[in-house]
Amino acid sequence: MPDMTRKTTSARKATVTALAWTVGFLIFFPVLWTILTSFKTEGEAIAAPPSFLFFDWTVENYLTVNERSDYPRHFWNSVVISVGSTLLGVLIAIPAAWSLAFVPGRRTRDVLMWMLSTKMMPAVGVLVPMYLIFRDTGLLDTKTGLVGVLTLVNLPIIVWMLYTYFKEIPAEILEAARMDGASLRSEITYVLAPMAVPGIASTILLNIILAWNEAFWTLNLAAAKAAPLTAFIASYSSPEGLFYAKLSAASTMAIAPILILGWFSQKQLVRGLTFGAVK
Amino acid sequence: MTLTLRALLGASVAAGLSTAALAETITIATVNNGDMIRMQGLTSEFTAANPGITVEWVTLEENVLRQKVTTDIATKGGQFDIMTIGTYEVPIWGKQGWLVSLNDLPAEYDIDDLLPAIRGGLTVDGNLYAAPFYGESSMVMYRTDLMEKAGLTMPEAPTWADIKAAAAAMTDKENEVYGICLRGKAGWGENMAFLTAMSNSYGARWFDMDWKPQFDGAAWKATLTDYLDMMNNYGPPGASNNGFNENLALFQQGKCGMWIDATVAASFVTGADSTVADKVGFALAPDNGLGRRSNWLWAWSLAIPAGTQKEASAKKFVEWATSKAYLELVASKEGWANVPPGTRTSLYENPEYAKIPFAKMTLDSINSADPTNPAVDPVPYVGVQFVAIPEFQGLATAVGQQFSAALAGTTTLEDALKNAQDLATREMTKAGYIK
Amino acid sequence: MATQHSRTAARLMISPAVILLFLWMIVPLAMTLYFSFLRYNLLMPGMEEWAGFSNYRYFLTDPAFFTALRNTLVLVAGVLMITVTGGVLLALLLDQPMWGQGIVRILVIAPFFVMPTVSALVWTNMFMNPVNGLFAHAAKAMGLQPYDFLAQSPLLSITLIVAWQWLPFATLILLTALQSLDREQMEAAAMDGAGPLSRFIYITVPHLTRSITVVILIQTIFLLSVFAEILVTTNGGPGTASTTLTYLVYVQSMLQFDVGGGAAGGIVAVILANIVAIFLMRMIGRNLDA
Repeated sequence: MPDMTRKTTSARKATVTALAWTVGFLIFFPVLWTILTSFKTEGEAIAAPPSFLFFDWTVENYLTVNERSDYPRHFWNSVVISVGSTLLGVLIAIPAAWSLAFVPGRRTRDVLMWMLSTKMMPAVGVLVPMYLIFRDTGLLDTKTGLVGVLTLVNLPIIVWMLYTYFKEIPAEILEAARMDGASLRSEITYVLAPMAVPGIASTILLNIILAWNEAFWTLNLAAAKAAPLTAFIASYSSPEGLFYAKLSAASTMAIAPILILGWFSQKQLVRGLTFGAVK
Repeated sequence: MTLTLRALLGASVAAGLSTAALAETITIATVNNGDMIRMQGLTSEFTAANPGITVEWVTLEENVLRQKVTTDIATKGGQFDIMTIGTYEVPIWGKQGWLVSLNDLPAEYDIDDLLPAIRGGLTVDGNLYAAPFYGESSMVMYRTDLMEKAGLTMPEAPTWADIKAAAAAMTDKENEVYGICLRGKAGWGENMAFLTAMSNSYGARWFDMDWKPQFDGAAWKATLTDYLDMMNNYGPPGASNNGFNENLALFQQGKCGMWIDATVAASFVTGADSTVADKVGFALAPDNGLGRRSNWLWAWSLAIPAGTQKEASAKKFVEWATSKAYLELVASKEGWANVPPGTRTSLYENPEYAKIPFAKMTLDSINSADPTNPAVDPVPYVGVQFVAIPEFQGLATAVGQQFSAALAGTTTLEDALKNAQDLATREMTKAGYIK
Repeated sequence: MATQHSRTAARLMISPAVILLFLWMIVPLAMTLYFSFLRYNLLMPGMEEWAGFSNYRYFLTDPAFFTALRNTLVLVAGVLMITVTGGVLLALLLDQPMWGQGIVRILVIAPFFVMPTVSALVWTNMFMNPVNGLFAHAAKAMGLQPYDFLAQSPLLSITLIVAWQWLPFATLILLTALQSLDREQMEAAAMDGAGPLSRFIYITVPHLTRSITVVILIQTIFLLSVFAEILVTTNGGPGTASTTLTYLVYVQSMLQFDVGGGAAGGIVAVILANIVAIFLMRMIGRNLDA
């Protein structure tokens, strides 16, 4: 029977493919359009009617952007800040998630929800206090400071994601390890962590993306030395004069690294992206 | 400690100091406008002449920049050694003692060469607190070909009636030609810059001498009525979201008959990206015969925050970037049309520069603006298209939202004015101006 | 399994995270709370004085306050509705056998990687602009009057932009859940004569409930603080048509540099966000534990 259903679905598969490709293309289109525009001249970028592919392709915008901004430095700052804050966050979160998952108490859920609720404070409201703290601790415009802030910003999400993965791991396995005399540390390092690798991987990926795109703290607490790609973009949005093409080029450069990372790792990302919702 | 040792120590300290001086880096925050980008590109000229100094640029979009430098200077964060600020900030910051006085710039800088209107806007209690990098006013830019087609000529100093007639005659919506393009995007530096300047020529003002808001008066109503009337009948669609850039794009594509905006736009609409470069005429911003024109006055300027450790180096840079020599440097590399305009008398006396079609109109526009006496009636504040008090940014943006909504048609003119009056009264009471 | 020993260990292990987050919450919060009772404008230093509840009074009586409150809820609810519905449909689609599934999935998740500022700039300028935008060109090509999205329906436009960014997130989570659905159960139901619709309602939907819950929870947290999209597109207007609470706080603290007023607004926003949170947790938390 199943074989027969498969055969009859050949036409259906074609329809589904066509539909899915159309929808996928539509969703992707704004990104594609940005990339295309980055290869136009400013004049062509606002020309009516717009041309999709048949224009004079130029890399002039990329050259201009490269000449004007220190892209490698912004890029490197983004990498350090997003990867640094994510790894630090994971380090702090693993033990926390372990206790929440394997030594549940009456308050486990409250603790989790409280952690998430710290993310609800509107950042603009606390900017001035934070700025003062950063000034007095000498953290303004340092990568250390930004790594610290973004770790804290994303920590709740990391704890929660890891908690959900750990919870899926049967407690008996850990108990067996403990019977064999494994210490708590080796229990986590050798038993728990390997089993949670897909979960940890997708947690890391998701949080790198979130940190990469964080544009409030990174823009306000850094000026020059530690400024990541979000600041790079802010120097191309709405200057005097035409800017669509240059903005598109800068945007493409800012999102390309994370887009490529995301595409290459999408399997890992998807596999772990359950938030404990799949039993 | 022996003398030799002491001498050695002294020498090494001196050496340490000189290497420190060699490596001194100044951080400059600036706006991402064309003239500043050019300055950034010429950094190597400065560092070549000043080997002890390296320059770090923080180039940002205007609103982000303003938010950052204001937070930094007010909290004494010390992240910047030079800040690019406008004529709105200088009086407020100068009064707080946040800026280093530039009165001691050397004689060859020739402070007296700065245009009086611009210099006046950057001076507080006799101290020049920022050096003007470029100055601008606003003026009418119009399409000579469309005017000709309509059988009209643009006077050099038009009235609002002239503008209205020209807008009506040039509008051809079938072919996407809109008689007039004006700012409609809400913001104190967007639609309110234009509308405040326009209201001056209608005899309106923000506040009377007791800081009482004046939006309930007839003059504001007349201003807004004419503005809405022109924009609804002859303006482009979506005008309530149009700021400087949006209108520039429209004009460059030949979709506007007239555009009243910043004088710096002149070099863009006659530049390479423009499809109408050879068909643009310029005129003074319109008036209503009340003795005030509707042009504004702004100068992007370089200022040094008080308390920076690198004051001397910063001063050297400010001096370099706003000097006569810098103008010549840009002219030699990019041509006179690309020199930062509107700061120095000598530039306008230069016969080479006088050939630029918009040079004279820019100078006349700047000279006809008076920030200390902007309205027909007396006012308690400084500023043509703004009111130099800290509360203005937020208040004018909220009022701008109301006027933008009136333009979008989501609220009526009467409601917009009433809301503006209520907002302003509330804000001024809260801030303690109205007891 | 929880021995006394492991309980102590657990406390020890969770404490770094808890202490850090507690500090992260309490230090700025305490400072904000303190500032909220001061008359403190960044641009007028040295004038700080005790202001009592006047900052709160001004914030709560701000003519934009109730509009902002309503807009915040409408925005969050709107985005949630679009992303959840769209996410379920997309996930169902992507779960079908097709050619090039990997590539389609890549196309669909792309918006999630785009910085909010960039996506807002791109949408405003290159799509929704009534003169130069692609939508306007399309309308004109069909002989229609271009629609001025940001002026006529600003909140809806912002909702659409934000929904575009979050749709991939919802889709991915729901897709992962769908893939774990028991195929045999589906096939058995099909053999029992259950149509696709009833299979969807009685098998798929219950299976997806928990994922939908998660999507709602995570997204709400991020959506409450949506800000860049509003700043770039409409500045909260026209009028106050697209001003949200976060944006209102921004206006207070970053345009007026009224630290006191901004702080009061921040505290009000925290309280309201926590009310929403408690409400959510009550509704959802149960679902999560089940």
